[in-house]
Amino acid sequence: MSVGKKKNSKLRLTFSYLLLIIIAISVFYPTIWILMSSIRPGTSIYSETLIPKNPTFEHYISLFTSDQYQYGRWYLNTLKIATFNMIFGVILVVMTAYALSRFRFYGRKNLMSGMLVLGMFPGFMSMIAIYILLMQLNLLDTHMALILVYSAGAPLGAFVVKGFFDTIPKSLEESARIDGASHWTVFRKIMLPLSKPMITYVGLTTFAGAWGDFIFARLVLRTKEKWTLAIGLWDMVNNASTNFTMFAAGAVLIAIPIALLYLFLQRFLVEGLTAGASKG
Amino acid sequence: MSTRQSASSGDAPSALHQTGPTPGETHAKYASKAAVLSGMFWGLGQLFNRQYLKGILLMLCEALGLYYLINQLPRALWGLYTLGETPSQMQKVGKLYKMVAGDHSIHLIISSLITLVVLFVFIWMYILVVKDAFAVGRLRERGDTPNRFLQSLEYVKENKFAYLFLALPTAAVLFFTIMPIIFMILLAFTNYSAPEHIPPAKLVDWVGLQNFKDLLQLGSWSDTFYGVLTWTIIWAILATVTCYFGGILVALLVQQAGIRFKTMWRTIFIIPYAIPQMLSFLIMRNMFNGEFGPINQYLSYFGLGKLPWLSDPFWAKVTVLMVNMWVGIPVTMVLVIGILTTIPKDMYEAADVDGATAWHKFRSITMPMILYSTAPILIGQFAGNINNFNVIFLMTNGNPPNGEYQYAGSTDLLVTWLYKLTLDNNKFNMAAAIGIIIFIIVASLSIWSYRRTRSFREEDLIQ
Repeated sequence: MSVGKKKNSKLRLTFSYLLLIIIAISVFYPTIWILMSSIRPGTSIYSETLIPKNPTFEHYISLFTSDQYQYGRWYLNTLKIATFNMIFGVILVVMTAYALSRFRFYGRKNLMSGMLVLGMFPGFMSMIAIYILLMQLNLLDTHMALILVYSAGAPLGAFVVKGFFDTIPKSLEESARIDGASHWTVFRKIMLPLSKPMITYVGLTTFAGAWGDFIFARLVLRTKEKWTLAIGLWDMVNNASTNFTMFAAGAVLIAIPIALLYLFLQRFLVEGLTAGASKG
Repeated sequence: MSTRQSASSGDAPSALHQTGPTPGETHAKYASKAAVLSGMFWGLGQLFNRQYLKGILLMLCEALGLYYLINQLPRALWGLYTLGETPSQMQKVGKLYKMVAGDHSIHLIISSLITLVVLFVFIWMYILVVKDAFAVGRLRERGDTPNRFLQSLEYVKENKFAYLFLALPTAAVLFFTIMPIIFMILLAFTNYSAPEHIPPAKLVDWVGLQNFKDLLQLGSWSDTFYGVLTWTIIWAILATVTCYFGGILVALLVQQAGIRFKTMWRTIFIIPYAIPQMLSFLIMRNMFNGEFGPINQYLSYFGLGKLPWLSDPFWAKVTVLMVNMWVGIPVTMVLVIGILTTIPKDMYEAADVDGATAWHKFRSITMPMILYSTAPILIGQFAGNINNFNVIFLMTNGNPPNGEYQYAGSTDLLVTWLYKLTLDNNKFNMAAAIGIIIFIIVASLSIWSYRRTRSFREEDLIQ
């Protein structure tokens, strides 16, 4: 930022590096701690040293073999729900955002204000009603219910994508329209390819969202075989028979793929977040 | 043969003359006749307009709609008005006592709402059908031929594309967001709560504004309410400010001139964002565990006393704020780094020429640019923090307990209190009232700010 005096800038840099390292340690410490806990023998939180003396992988193995936990099944359940949620969520969000961004129609402003207002109600205010609704549709304790409710809520988050569509020049589609392309062709052949970064961003966040939600999942999914990872892990540390090292192993197995996905797609993430910011 | 053609081909010297008789007048009243016919029964007007397939489809639709409404509407209105008249009870049937199902007030509300939604859609369709008959009639008055069925479909595809795209999302939101919200708003005006009014054994009644009065005035409730509300607002302000300025600080640190490996630092600092939030909170909760957690272990290692991170009201608040920073700073950092790269270099060069110090440049160029671009986000984050359920629920679950509160602990926010009231204590009426109050706070704040964001005012500027 500044080209101040040499001595001054050296002091500034040293200080900055020091701060950066401190922040980096505080970022890394919890992750390393949980990683180390997952290979520590025993079940307790407490350990004399950060790095365990005789590391073991038994917790990872028993995650998949123990009768008490059905980790493998939960993993598949979550993967299934997250994938479907991602597909339907992205379709609904992109459709909503595209219509709101590209067309001027009667009731558009009201619709947008309405979406904003709906987004302001606390999420579980509607939980009881949805619960009864699902009960009457006979969907309680099914994964279908989660997919349905998650995706149905997705259109309310369409503003970020709308902001992105707004930045694509109108001239692009106008020239295609003059050449006789239908709206559908414009959407599929021009807009969709251009919005790949945004779609990746939305897909990633909806995918990861389904891994994290457990409030609603806990309400709907009652039998242990139907559980998702979020409920399972929460149960592991909340039960009377807390098994912390097992939880740690389970957490690592979730965090690693998701974190890799995020870091790998970092570019899209940054683009998505910034697009959302500059357009509100 | 159309009006426009005859007007332009005619040699009328002034526009005034066009208001005189035109060919259209000769078959007048197609429009109003078609509209009246469609008003009597959907599709009649369309048939009259010689759009046969469309007409028949519409007639079928109305028949279905009417069948549903005639069967359901009276019970729906009765249900909403009375909320049921007989609870489930034991009755003597023959020689045995049997459970006889009565009216379930809550199910009544839901099914009535569904019926009302259908009624609403029905009325809306009614208006559209009559309008359509009128418009097509007008077309015929001008001598045009109405669209054939396939042409109509094509017309919709080309001119009403936005509605086509929005139909599915709207239906989804209508059923899974709007209707449930209306339901909960209604609950706020009932006495649906344990232990006295839980169906099916008991009925629920309308109580007007009683719940709000209790919440604001009745000692036991209002003490909790004001206490929790105060902490919610303090929390929202502190959580937003710490994450926001923390994020700006980290971004500036990484992006300043002379720092090497910028990408590496940035990637490291994004890590907390990449770990599912729920996991981070559960991990942190154990890290800050008062007895066995590693944080306290280190403190005693350095000869310092253990701190009651999660068990003391004050420290628990500090802890959730710190953990929230860990999770929240990366987002702001990413945003601010994005903004920093867009600030034109020549601004700084001009400032250098004028002899500005680093602090001056930060205060007069960098900070205003960041603030300008992120102000809407800042307010969005504030609103989000009022509703920040996960941190509190997963870190402390509202604990440590507070003896003076009704069903709430020291770190409970309004949302977590709402959650406890519904799922743990079945005080649905109070929970709904709190939900409405949260909504009013968040909504007034957000509407005020969103109206000011660029996306709302200037969206048509980008071409």
